[in-house]
Amino acid sequence: MSVKVEDLELTNREYKYGFVTEIEQDIAPKGLSEDTIRLISSKKNEPDWLLEWRLKAYRHWLTMREPKWQNVHYNSIDYQGISYYAAPKQIKKPDSLDEVDPELLATYQKLGIPLEEQKMLAGVAVDAVFDSVSLITTFKEKLAELGIVFCSISEAVQEHPELIKKYLGFVVPFSDNFFATLNSAVFTDGSFVYVPKGVRCPMELSTYFRINAENTGQFERTLIIADDDSYVSYLEGCTAPKRSENQLHAAVVELIAHDNATIKYSTIQNWYPGDKEGKGGIYNFVTKRGRCLGRNSHISWTQVETGSAITWKYPSCILEGDNSVGEFYSVALTNNRQQADTGTKMIHVGKNTSSTIVSKGISAGYGQNTYRGLVQIGKNAEGARNYTQCDSMLIGDKCGAHTFPYIEVNNSSARMEHEATTSKIGEDQIFYCQQRGLSAEDAVSLIVNGFCKAVFRELPFEFAVEAERLLSISLEGSVG
Amino acid sequence: MLEIKDLHVKVEDKEILKGLNLRINRGEVHSIMGPNGSGKSTLAQVLAGRETYEITEGEIMFEGKNLIDMSPNERACEGIFMAFQYPVEIPGVSNTYFLREAVNAVRKYRGLEPFKHVEFVKMVKSKIKLLEMDDDLLQRSINEGFSGGEKKRNEIFQMAVLEPKLCILDETDSGLDIDALKVVSKGVNSMRSPERALLVITHYQRLLNYIVTDYVHVLVDGQIVKSGGKELALELEDKGYSSWGQSEEHNVTAANT
Repeated sequence: MSVKVEDLELTNREYKYGFVTEIEQDIAPKGLSEDTIRLISSKKNEPDWLLEWRLKAYRHWLTMREPKWQNVHYNSIDYQGISYYAAPKQIKKPDSLDEVDPELLATYQKLGIPLEEQKMLAGVAVDAVFDSVSLITTFKEKLAELGIVFCSISEAVQEHPELIKKYLGFVVPFSDNFFATLNSAVFTDGSFVYVPKGVRCPMELSTYFRINAENTGQFERTLIIADDDSYVSYLEGCTAPKRSENQLHAAVVELIAHDNATIKYSTIQNWYPGDKEGKGGIYNFVTKRGRCLGRNSHISWTQVETGSAITWKYPSCILEGDNSVGEFYSVALTNNRQQADTGTKMIHVGKNTSSTIVSKGISAGYGQNTYRGLVQIGKNAEGARNYTQCDSMLIGDKCGAHTFPYIEVNNSSARMEHEATTSKIGEDQIFYCQQRGLSAEDAVSLIVNGFCKAVFRELPFEFAVEAERLLSISLEGSVG
Repeated sequence: MLEIKDLHVKVEDKEILKGLNLRINRGEVHSIMGPNGSGKSTLAQVLAGRETYEITEGEIMFEGKNLIDMSPNERACEGIFMAFQYPVEIPGVSNTYFLREAVNAVRKYRGLEPFKHVEFVKMVKSKIKLLEMDDDLLQRSINEGFSGGEKKRNEIFQMAVLEPKLCILDETDSGLDIDALKVVSKGVNSMRSPERALLVITHYQRLLNYIVTDYVHVLVDGQIVKSGGKELALELEDKGYSSWGQSEEHNVTAANT
């Protein structure tokens, strides 16, 4: 007698539920398998097509090999030793600031973060007095009036599935690279932004407002779409140092700009960098890419990377639309035993496209800082222009700065400019500042901020002020 | 204000100052002259607190406080200013920003409120006029792209803004043409006050035509061999340093930093 279909279905359903019920009480067991992915997908109540997409990515991931060409070194990651999903209520929240690591609090204070904000950042249960929920509500209402969608990816899957279906993987296909593929299989949350035609987003959108204090950023997925003639500026991260239960952070960010649209994406990253010996610390392996799809479209990446044990990312632009513009401004700091291999890819496809790259690498302690950039001019990219400035600053004599520029030009009308400098903060310069009344540490901070000015200028004002302060704090103890 | 007793200083195992004594009171203008290698710049740098110079013996008291124990920035906050012989460049940092940070660091040390940006700019603009320098200097990065003369004038400008108690001018006249010299001297002279002391270190007597000094000291081979009034400078111009037992080697031009 053949088994009836209904019976089969029932069995399956029961099995699924059974699994889930178990999990309600616990954090998901460590390890990665198709079951883990089905669990994540069902917890989020995702439609079948999304589950299928995740599974396709997972199966592809199993066939891939972890890359080895990078200039950063780390112990092998045990992918089966990671827990890929933790129910929010399972994460232990401190009851008050007294339970929070005093070092963390000291940094919050140095950054000038108000007490209530400190509580939020540390994940302390929020007082009724500090009504963060109402702040967000007012904000969201304003955006809704303009038709701007700004919510979590999980919400977007429920409320705007057609947009997700159209654009997820549009810039970074699920098979793109080892970490992006892993992310496609197990991403848990991130931001979703859609700006309709002709709308200029009136305020900077910040992840801060998307309260996602639980288990932030392990495998974040962000998708931003700017329709024709629109503008949006998005801020990711904050200067406050963030700890995480998880060591590996493999995020994916996709940006799509249509005709005459502009997306400005700024990041300040200060994940826990590990201790002075290089133990612990977060691996920040990110795939960020923007498609300048439309004519006259514009995508600009600005990043200040001071945290993480290892930073490995290349925010890139594919300049498809004619006259499109791509920009990359970066300050990457490696102190103590931090390592960075970062840069950008500017791929010129359309006509009269232009790109600007300004990269400032600062190495201190035993830090190793690598800039890796690709400027590729396609054979039909008439009139393409690129300007690259790649500067390294070394503080002390135990650190390293490395540069790997790749320039591929397949169209003879292209104009390329590449400048690179390497400098060391001189004892003379520090003494000069000291003789004027500044301490040695303030002197280094002053000189370094002067060095980074071209990048900080691109950040939204409040971020720029915070970034300067953050840089000073990150360089503490590097003099001498 | 400044009392130096039996100061011995060495750098890289070579003794440069060999028992220097000097006393400067408020309101006085002193000048130190000497051949290359005598230790003029070493004295300036030691007073400013440069760590590459090792003090092996002696004491330096400034306003009754032991200067040797203080870090360079503490000394600056106490009111010591040195106009560098070779001012460095600091790209990306504007003159205004730098000066405001410096002024506020000193004010903080003294328990005063920091200057607000607008008040500061007003104050600074008035001082810039004095030195006949351009307003646009304020936006430029510290000494970046400045000519030798401009750098020296920038030193005096900073001095005017910081209003120190003791001004040490380390060969400020070197590399200046007559016109630049006149402007710089005008700036220095405007700083004269009964509360302030100036220590002018120079190689040539010429500067002293514009900056009238009360006392002239001759520094030879790490010691002050003669002190006198301003006529001493003219005497030096005439006779040179050889009358103070100078050996031939000291007449060879050597870098003084």
